[in-house]
Amino acid sequence: MTHDLSRSIAIAGVAESDLGKVPGRTAIELQAQAANRALVDAGLRLQDVDGVFAHTDDRFPALQLSEYLGLQPGYVDSTNVGGMSNLSHIRHAMAAIAAGMCSVALVTYGSTQLSDGSRKSGAVATDSAASSRGQFIAPYGQLSPIGYYAMVAQLHMRRYGTTARDLAEVAVAARRWAQLNPKAYRRESTSIEEVMESPVMAAPLRQRDCCLVTDGGGALVITSAARARDLPGKPVYVMGVAESHAHHYTPFDTPDWLETAAAPTADAAFRMAGVTRKDIDVVQIYDHFTISVIQSLEELGFCRRGEGGSFVADGALAPGGRFPINTSGGGLSYGHPGMFGIFLAIEAVRQLRGECAERQLPKAEIALCHAPGLVFSCNTTMILGV
Amino acid sequence: MSEPQRPLPEPTQLTAPYWNAARDKRLVVQCCQGCGHLQFFPRPFCLKCASERIDWQEVTGEGTIYTFTINHRAPNAFMKERLPYAVAIVDLDEGVRMMANIVNSDLAAIEIGKRVKVVFERVSGEIVLPQFELV
Repeated sequence: MTHDLSRSIAIAGVAESDLGKVPGRTAIELQAQAANRALVDAGLRLQDVDGVFAHTDDRFPALQLSEYLGLQPGYVDSTNVGGMSNLSHIRHAMAAIAAGMCSVALVTYGSTQLSDGSRKSGAVATDSAASSRGQFIAPYGQLSPIGYYAMVAQLHMRRYGTTARDLAEVAVAARRWAQLNPKAYRRESTSIEEVMESPVMAAPLRQRDCCLVTDGGGALVITSAARARDLPGKPVYVMGVAESHAHHYTPFDTPDWLETAAAPTADAAFRMAGVTRKDIDVVQIYDHFTISVIQSLEELGFCRRGEGGSFVADGALAPGGRFPINTSGGGLSYGHPGMFGIFLAIEAVRQLRGECAERQLPKAEIALCHAPGLVFSCNTTMILGV
Repeated sequence: MSEPQRPLPEPTQLTAPYWNAARDKRLVVQCCQGCGHLQFFPRPFCLKCASERIDWQEVTGEGTIYTFTINHRAPNAFMKERLPYAVAIVDLDEGVRMMANIVNSDLAAIEIGKRVKVVFERVSGEIVLPQFELV
């Protein structure tokens, strides 16, 4: 039985702001620029927006953006659960629209992390020294999030024999997609060897196993399926979406770091959508680290646990490969302004609309986006269809 | 220029017994007086049975490396001077998990599954950090 809310909303507009290195701009400027472009893309006006879902590194981001855009929305949401936040917002917008609490939702993100130099080697601001993280994590010099994913990679290599070359395959495939995307930040050619010889950050992860640090913003316009059908563009329906939340930065109660809540979250999204893994044409997985892609492919059920390394080998994820994914070039090569979730949805929508030119997948009717937040702390899986 | 300072924990009323014990070179974790459940990090009640009758129990300080990383980049100037260093997740034999550095050990010898034992590192006048070394 299909879930009542499956296909109840559609993504009607998507856009990025200026991307890459955008000196002299603020996060709110990029966020607002993306919002305006997404509304133009949807064929809607600012005055149509009555729900604002915003996420930045600032406090009170939904109020800040509403003020900036001159909006007085009846519904706002500034949920911050890390990189997946905007995907989580799509699910929250689905509930709000179904409940009649808003009708046109603007989902946004913006950051000037590269120009600010605010994330050097993962040294993000920590919580207070009296918090659990401040007392039991911060004194030990753990890089966050790199150190946690390095620990996951260490476990994966030990338990399953995954290699540094397997990890590098993910980075090289991302770069090959970026070479087909004029908006991507890093487009020069690279090789497995170059990735494997890049400086070690937190062993076994090297610099090129880690996502970029860039500036950029993104926006989505979401409305009911019925309203979307009256708009000029091709609606992209949310067929299924699920999320789960486990920890913050102190994951001592997660028994096995290679068997996470991502798997049941994906199952729930598939059940809601009423489709199976075989039906998916387009896959966009949050690639903050090469290991996260391998782990997510396993958790999502595209391969069995332990087989992720061989699954990505021989250019499988690259253009023309056995399992082409992350067609924008991903966080590893297209851009990563701190929180990448919204960009997964933007690329999925463009693939489903057939707007991806050189990087367009031949068959693109159903797409899956998957993102964790923080340090495998939470998960959102979303399935989109036309 | 003053020497960079390590990020230090700020004990609270709830966690003070943990840090006080560490100063005496003892590792303690919370133990529920209702159901015997051990938990780490400290909470104001037992996550298993909801009892607020929580006490502290000394543990052996022996455990196994669940996973680890060797840092070649540091999040602050203090740790930068100590590069490269190991950060590990340690499973204590009593069944609780914690983070620490693996100290006094050959970094190349650190592996998942290896046995470790707690040692105590004084990092300020007030604070002694539980750390681990390879057995």
